[in-house]
Amino acid sequence: MITFVLQRLIQSIVVMLTVALIAFSLFRYVGDPINNMVGQDTTIEEREELRERLGLNDAFLLQFGRFARNAAVGEFGFSYQHRRPVSELISERLPATLELSLVSAILALVIGIPMGVYTAIRRHGALSHTFMTVSLIGISLPTFLIGILLILFFGVILRWLPTFGRGDVVSLGWWTTGFLTASGLKSLIMPAITLALFQMTLIMRLVRAEMLEVLRTDFVKFGRARGLPDRYIHFIVALKNTLVPVITITGLQLGSIIAFAIITESVFQWPGMGLLFIQAIGEVDIPVMAAYLVLIAFFFVVINLIVDVLYYVVDPRLRVDRAGAGGH
Amino acid sequence: MKLAKLALGGLLAGGLMASAANVALADGHEKTFRWAFQGTLQTLDPHGLFETFTLGFQRNIYEGLVARDANMEMVGALAESWENINPTTWRFKLRKGVKFHDGSDFTAEDVVFSVDRIRSEGSDMKVVAGLIKEAKVVDDHTVDLITPAPNPIMPLQLEIFYIMDKGWAEKNKATGATNVKGGDEGNFANLNANGTGPFTVESRQSGVKTVLKRNPNYWGNAEIKTNIGTAVFTPIDQDATRVAALISGNVDMAYPIPVQDWQRLKDASGVKPLTGPEARTIFLGFDQLREELTASNIKGKNPFKDVRVRKAFMHAINVEAIKKKVMRGAATPAGLMIAPQINGFKEAMNDRLAYDVDKANALMAEAGYPDGFEVTMDCPNNRYVNDEKICQAAASMLARIKVKVNLLAQPKSKYFGKVLAQNGYDTSFFLLGWTPSTFDAHNPISSLMACRGGEDKLGAFNLGGYCNPKINELAAKIQSETDQGKRQAMIDEAHQIHKDEVGHIPLHQQPLSWGVSEKVDVVQRPDNVFDLRDAVVK
Repeated sequence: MITFVLQRLIQSIVVMLTVALIAFSLFRYVGDPINNMVGQDTTIEEREELRERLGLNDAFLLQFGRFARNAAVGEFGFSYQHRRPVSELISERLPATLELSLVSAILALVIGIPMGVYTAIRRHGALSHTFMTVSLIGISLPTFLIGILLILFFGVILRWLPTFGRGDVVSLGWWTTGFLTASGLKSLIMPAITLALFQMTLIMRLVRAEMLEVLRTDFVKFGRARGLPDRYIHFIVALKNTLVPVITITGLQLGSIIAFAIITESVFQWPGMGLLFIQAIGEVDIPVMAAYLVLIAFFFVVINLIVDVLYYVVDPRLRVDRAGAGGH
Repeated sequence: MKLAKLALGGLLAGGLMASAANVALADGHEKTFRWAFQGTLQTLDPHGLFETFTLGFQRNIYEGLVARDANMEMVGALAESWENINPTTWRFKLRKGVKFHDGSDFTAEDVVFSVDRIRSEGSDMKVVAGLIKEAKVVDDHTVDLITPAPNPIMPLQLEIFYIMDKGWAEKNKATGATNVKGGDEGNFANLNANGTGPFTVESRQSGVKTVLKRNPNYWGNAEIKTNIGTAVFTPIDQDATRVAALISGNVDMAYPIPVQDWQRLKDASGVKPLTGPEARTIFLGFDQLREELTASNIKGKNPFKDVRVRKAFMHAINVEAIKKKVMRGAATPAGLMIAPQINGFKEAMNDRLAYDVDKANALMAEAGYPDGFEVTMDCPNNRYVNDEKICQAAASMLARIKVKVNLLAQPKSKYFGKVLAQNGYDTSFFLLGWTPSTFDAHNPISSLMACRGGEDKLGAFNLGGYCNPKINELAAKIQSETDQGKRQAMIDEAHQIHKDEVGHIPLHQQPLSWGVSEKVDVVQRPDNVFDLRDAVVK
């Protein structure tokens, strides 16, 4: 067990370093940040001096070394644009993104799983067909389009919901929450649906497929033969057996919800990390971009690690296999 | 640091609560106004960034010695009057009884301090600092600014130089301008403000939201039109989201609005587009310095060195078509490098070489390029109104004189990174836009038209290296000439030389494009600055 975890940890560190290197080297090709930092009347000498001070004239490896060393202790330097520590900016924006992602994930699960179960049981029902068609839309329409359509309908035409931002927030220590105000909750509805739609349809289709599989198995047939009530068979016997892959996928999808929030956040001007990242790209704010990518990679790696360990704990068969195979 | 912030926050909040009641009772300044812009407010430090939007926003909080009113006329702000007591000394009589937001008095000391501050390491206002050799306190309400050479337009150039309180800056260790350097924590003035203006900063989260409150003690409260008590600013990056926010009534004003959405605003109820000519001139330029173009199929020589080729290009470009098709009628074709709003503009000189493809072809043949040539054009795609589309249109027009334009349209960061000085002006043919920050013709003459790379350090943005030493000579004289008639004659002469030699091809002034709710009245200034002083909520 300990060897396994250690192995995974070492792998994670390698992954993190690689991501950091790729992210950092990509940024060398996104343009010159100096021009965005100064005004049109700034002289050439002043621009050069600024390049020198920011270390933009140093060798690539030197710049990367400096970056990796600082990143390891959570220090990403100062944003060129906001002129504040990047760690501070990110911790300010983190609550917005996490609240949005959490609500979306819950929405996706709470709606997606029952829909999946229903469409598996009543395969030919009219409602099932409707669900399947809707899910096709959810899976094929791009997120930004869904967001804009929602804004157009509920924001511009009906004027029920605010079209952008997070509404009023309440500070709880360093955390800010929109859960405690009416405008905060109203603002959350459209972005959360936009972000959840894809995950919801994914979970629904996954649950449906797994259920169909499980419902054909012998132990379900035996259950029926024993005269167990349908409800017990569907929700206790069958669903329980479909949940292992669902939980795994959901865990992994949580990472991508946080990462995919970029698009939703920029459509709704949701003041989270994704928006910070998009703004940073526009202004070539390298420290913010680098920090964001490394942080997202970190989320993925941690979630992966937890899922791997959970798998190992939950499923005894894997323990035997993995011991022999040595790792993955 | 933390404590100081808290203490100040407390003070501000206390003061505001007491004063908010006053305002509501006394003058009815209780309206709330919400507006959105595509970019974010980058700093509250008035000396940290020389950029139109940032300085325009800060105007609501800080003030300079002089200002421009809604009609772009020069008016006194913190200075009541000013005069040239000798050719190199400007004497400013300061307004009495003005207080900063924290209650301290505004005096000549603060002006001198602010001059020192724009000279500090982190300042982006060094151009303004360069105008002032020395600042001297004469008495509490009189200050002398000494210029390195006679400078008749100096007050004009000081509009964006805002005054900060010396005592406040010293107390909060903000005596230097906020540095863009990665090494320090920015400084107190980056996130906090203490000006003399009509609004105080109540809260600010950079990139998210900034809330301003009316300053009940503002010296000019009786003079300004606005009835706004609270103003909430939100940056909204996405065009579609910004337009939706305006139409749905979530904001009262939003800018810029994409040209193609004007009709949508007209059709929607309760909102309207607010448009007008901006003072920004969009133009094309050519590399006339290198012996061989870096991005062309002509080797061993540079076709743009031949004035006939430059003239042919100008004859080949149909600005009216660009105006009609690309800009949807919302552009003002230009013959000069400056807009009508700029000091030094002369209508009689604003004509262009006519659109005439036959003549263009004849000139090309005469210059030895009857079969044209190939050249790469650098163009930004997110900096000016429809910039990439203008370049595409120009490229297709030039195809008619057999010039094959390879268009390289890139985001502004990449574009500027390629064509500006730090990359050795790497461009053969480009599109650029320019608003003179001083609103005076001297600025583009010295920055865009004068020969670059000389002792006088002029021509820093003359990307094509167009050069006629006579223009440098004139630029120096225009800078120091005090007689307006003579000065105008020299400006005209410089423009005429540049025009005859087709140093650049001016295209048009682009439109300003704001969207406003019918519930508010705002004034649109040609420099795209939005001033809360002139905004009224109905």
